[in-house]
Amino acid sequence: MKLDSGYNIGVDPVSCTFSGHPAVTPAKKPHIQQKNDLPALSIVSTGGTIASRIDYRTGSVTSQFDAADILTAIPELGKAANYRTIPLATILSENMTPRIWQDLARAVYEEMARGVAGVIVTHGTDTMAYSAAAISFMIDSPVPIVFVGSQRSADRPSSDNAMNAVCAARAATSDLGEVAVVMHATTSDDTCSIHRGTRVRKMHSSRRDAFRSIGIDPIGSAAYPSGEVSLGRDAVRRGSRKPGIRDSLEEHCGLLQFYPGMSPDLLEAYEGYKGLVLAGTGLGHVSTALIPSIRRLIDGGTLVVMTTQCMQGRVCDRVYDTGRDLLAAGVIEGGDMLPEVALVKMMWVLGNEQDPIRAGCLMKEDLKGECNRRSTHGL
Amino acid sequence: MDYNAIGLTAGIEIHQQLNTCEKLFCHCPTLLRDSPEHSGEFFRYLRVTESEMGEIDRAAQEEMKRERKFRYYTYDTTCLVENDEEPPAPLNDEALSVCLTIARMFGMIPVRQVHTMRKLVIDGSNTSGFQRTALVALNGALPNGGEIETICLEEEAAQRVKDDIFSLDRLGIPLIEITTSPCMHTPDEVQQVAEYIGMVLRSTGKVKRGIGTIRQDVNISIRGGSRVEIKGVQELDLIAEVVRREVQRQENLLAIRQQLLMRKASVPDASQDISDLFISTKSAVLKKAKRIHALCLEGFAGLVGCEIQPDRRLGSELSDYAKKCGVGGIFHTDELPAYGVTAEEVSAVRARMHAGDQDCVVIVAAVNDAQAACALQQVISRARVALSEKPVPEETRKMLEAGSSAYMRPLPGAARMYPETDVLPVIIDDERWNGVTVPELLTLKAGRFAQEYAIDHNYASQLALSEKLPLFERALAEGIKPKLAAFTILSTCTELRRDGVVTDNITDGDFLATWHAVESGRVAKEAVPDLLKGLASGDSFENVIGKLAPAVSDKELESIIHRIIADRSEFVEQKGRAALGPLMGVVMKEVRGSVDGKIVSELLKKGIDAALSGKKS
Repeated sequence: MKLDSGYNIGVDPVSCTFSGHPAVTPAKKPHIQQKNDLPALSIVSTGGTIASRIDYRTGSVTSQFDAADILTAIPELGKAANYRTIPLATILSENMTPRIWQDLARAVYEEMARGVAGVIVTHGTDTMAYSAAAISFMIDSPVPIVFVGSQRSADRPSSDNAMNAVCAARAATSDLGEVAVVMHATTSDDTCSIHRGTRVRKMHSSRRDAFRSIGIDPIGSAAYPSGEVSLGRDAVRRGSRKPGIRDSLEEHCGLLQFYPGMSPDLLEAYEGYKGLVLAGTGLGHVSTALIPSIRRLIDGGTLVVMTTQCMQGRVCDRVYDTGRDLLAAGVIEGGDMLPEVALVKMMWVLGNEQDPIRAGCLMKEDLKGECNRRSTHGL
Repeated sequence: MDYNAIGLTAGIEIHQQLNTCEKLFCHCPTLLRDSPEHSGEFFRYLRVTESEMGEIDRAAQEEMKRERKFRYYTYDTTCLVENDEEPPAPLNDEALSVCLTIARMFGMIPVRQVHTMRKLVIDGSNTSGFQRTALVALNGALPNGGEIETICLEEEAAQRVKDDIFSLDRLGIPLIEITTSPCMHTPDEVQQVAEYIGMVLRSTGKVKRGIGTIRQDVNISIRGGSRVEIKGVQELDLIAEVVRREVQRQENLLAIRQQLLMRKASVPDASQDISDLFISTKSAVLKKAKRIHALCLEGFAGLVGCEIQPDRRLGSELSDYAKKCGVGGIFHTDELPAYGVTAEEVSAVRARMHAGDQDCVVIVAAVNDAQAACALQQVISRARVALSEKPVPEETRKMLEAGSSAYMRPLPGAARMYPETDVLPVIIDDERWNGVTVPELLTLKAGRFAQEYAIDHNYASQLALSEKLPLFERALAEGIKPKLAAFTILSTCTELRRDGVVTDNITDGDFLATWHAVESGRVAKEAVPDLLKGLASGDSFENVIGKLAPAVSDKELESIIHRIIADRSEFVEQKGRAALGPLMGVVMKEVRGSVDGKIVSELLKKGIDAALSGKKS
């Protein structure tokens, strides 16, 4: 029950009597003014905290805004570009699926084909890195495709949505030419980092600066409130790639984190899967007891790729005997790929390449900046 | 003054910090820190957001007139929740219990399900941009017949260090907010009710003590005036004065309106750029300004400079409104020439603005045209209110030293409330409510002390209201004589403080050890001040006792007394038994308090008697 003071209290439903329905006030239609002389951007919204509001089903927050609402809520966006808004989904990102990645890839490609200067994808932060990786593999883009979200819901004055969105718009109109994630660089409202879509990870459950580039430095930054973008030497520049889309994905792939004492049963459950990424320990190990099951999976036609649960650093299965046994069983070393990026890549590779040998080679090849040939970055 | 005749109505909101182990929505200690101890800092901007009903709060809107960058200090006693970097923990149950106890003491009805809300506050004092608050109980009664409308459990805001810098140590300390109905009609009554509520709160023994831990907001209106909320009255003794001064202000604003109407005063729609008039000015503020704009308030001459409250003029009110746009204030012709502005410049301004003798020109110095226009728009709207049927605007004001007040922001409304979606509601069922026990009121406790322990009434009530009450009660439970404990707490400590001893350094354990030593005869009660002085300097109890005069045996004491009497035989002979008093001091000084005064007095009496009878014989 809402009191005149604005406070809510909970009362026993039995003690309430029905007195009538309140007058319905029509929702205000936001009027958005756009400047045509600014670069054109498309905002594809998928939901998430950047566009969330109270949900009366559970009393928690849920995604409710579409792109037009975001523009109304963040008027400063109007200074950077003029926008087309495409509401693709309003989901929290844990409900994201490979099917929606495909829909997203098509929507993004369609916008690119219209000749926009860049595409912004608003996304829940939980699985934003997975989606960014998926779009990285599915689309060849000459323009920036920028994923952005927020860690504090849009309905609070301290939300990071406005700053992240403004920085994302600046990155999307910059000289960048690849898929990126743009989020707070620090806990202060000073700078956003621009992360490569295949090297980024959510490293904190709640902080604004949860997103970090792993194994490389961020490819750029956007200052706030100036919006000034600076790109690193390795950032792919605008126009470097020709537009293209290959949106097939093989969904029968899995990701399994090894732990001491893991039962072979768990591996056997993947029988019939087209691919399995293992997040092994250290240089890329699982216990010797699992090797026969792994061999059986591979012999049965499953592509098995080893990554490291250390996140930082590279797999090398040539140092210890377990590693050598794994290689002998047919396991492919995943280099310094992040485990979840390896999974998304595997879905894409197996969706587009039927030949197992060539698929295995593609998993080791650097396609979109997911594999570094050199380890230049410390911890 | 006949406050009834002018229709004074007042209510109060009391905010009291609770002394819980942890904060309201995180597990940090409720510990205040010195700002130089901060271990880190960060900064943020805040934006206005819509309420649950889709409205924007007018107070929040006003705060958004300029973009502000807020800087926050963090400590090793704060966490990511204060930083607005982690969702809140569940509502602190200890704090809720204290609120329920207080609700019971006022005979209130608890809400069945406590819902935490976000109250929009974007002045920077909350990193989140809102203060979490929950309505806990309704409908209480005061002994004077007034009523308590609500009890809310809130989180304390961050402490402002300076300007837009805030310290996060205070943010999140549980705060109980007690709101009375507008049931008071004289300034003294408001103060008495505040005193009573404060006493009830302290009776729980679960509230923080000391300056800044309790704050009163006072709501005041008179007939023809408006409801005005004056925030942050920290000293209880000032409440009545705050009410008196607000009444005075509202009455003067009503009178100014009458004058303005008689003069057919009017307020223009727009301001003018007059920067060119001050190109070679000697005024430091105007010289520094990038743009200078002015506004002619027709018929306002003399009234803008008119005092409406000690040290406050209508001009101060206009200035407060203008400051919301980031300017330093305003100049007006009622106070010019001054501040380096010459009479010639004033004439030039008047001429440019076509101002007559009855008119007052307001001037503002700004960094650009937009800021100047913003500031003078604020002046225009405030001046229009002065002319309107409701010449006292509904406002939130902050108390200034001595009891006057300055404009802060419009009175916030229901539009600032939004549900705190990160906190689950808490159910208060019959079992919980019925299990709430009510502590003895401090006023009743004082009466009981006086009766049971034969302590003077005044003393007993001082004790009951003292921060050392828990120590006193513990001492009694441990078998210490009430008078010894009471005397130490009220007299000895006060005297020591007067001598510059930091008695706050003495722990409860030190006090108890001292009293036990007295009770067991290990030290004389005369040694208590010296003992406490040593303890206050940080020395250990055993060390301090060791440094006192070594224990004097009965034999030694007898010989000391014998010597002292012998040395002063003439004096003893002259005064007879009356020599006892003066000699007592001499002996006590010599034994440095290591012997109980009673024993000294008995032996001394014997000694004097012996000396006197010796002489006679």
